[in-house]
Amino acid sequence: MTRTVVGAHYGLRDWLAQRITAVVVAIYGVLLGGAWLAQTRPLTYEAWRQLFLQGWVRIATFVFAVSLVWHAWVGMRDILMDYIQPVAARLALQVFVLLLCAVYLGWTIQILWR
Amino acid sequence: MSNAAAKKARPRNLSLTALLFDIRLPLPGWVSILHRISGVLLFFGTVWLLFLLDRSLSSPQGFESTARYVQLPLVKLSLLVMLWAFCHHLCAGVRFLALDLHLGIDKAAARRSSWIVLAASLGLTAVFGARLW
Repeated sequence: MTRTVVGAHYGLRDWLAQRITAVVVAIYGVLLGGAWLAQTRPLTYEAWRQLFLQGWVRIATFVFAVSLVWHAWVGMRDILMDYIQPVAARLALQVFVLLLCAVYLGWTIQILWR
Repeated sequence: MSNAAAKKARPRNLSLTALLFDIRLPLPGWVSILHRISGVLLFFGTVWLLFLLDRSLSSPQGFESTARYVQLPLVKLSLLVMLWAFCHHLCAGVRFLALDLHLGIDKAAARRSSWIVLAASLGLTAVFGARLW
């Protein structure tokens, strides 16, 4: 295969990260959805708060959040590369997406460890 | 000469009318573009979902007000859209992972799995929608 060298790697790391994080998000999502469907009593504040006080729920949710923003970054970057051609606009939007990812992650940590 | 004319007639950019009316996407194309649309929706919708999570966990009053808020018809409808986006993104994502593993890449199988993804995500949305209402 003839390749023009334009960088250190050809997006393989991002491609792989997108798929690995997808699996993490999918597992968390399926468990959450299953728990929601299996739940019989109406949710109370006390039960809701107790759930997020548990260490493993916090860690699992944190790992989920990290995977989610990582996954979202690769996906949004791909979309912006495809549809936004002016370099300045694309860069500005990519920076915006990255900042929003950071906001999401910081906010999640704040909610979990309040 | 005719070759040059044919070249000249080729559009340089996709027009909106071409996108909307002239180009007919094959079924796997629809699954793909909906995967992107649902992904963008989920990315920007997360700010709202985090807001709901934050308020519901902040205090008993916050929990009560969030519970009342999600009863509003427009809010429920928006949650339903987010649920569809997640279900579609998940189902289509599983399909893409299978394609990565070279499973179901011939035309007939790809069309069949596209139908399954569209139907399964709508079915799942209906199940969760029923739970929401």
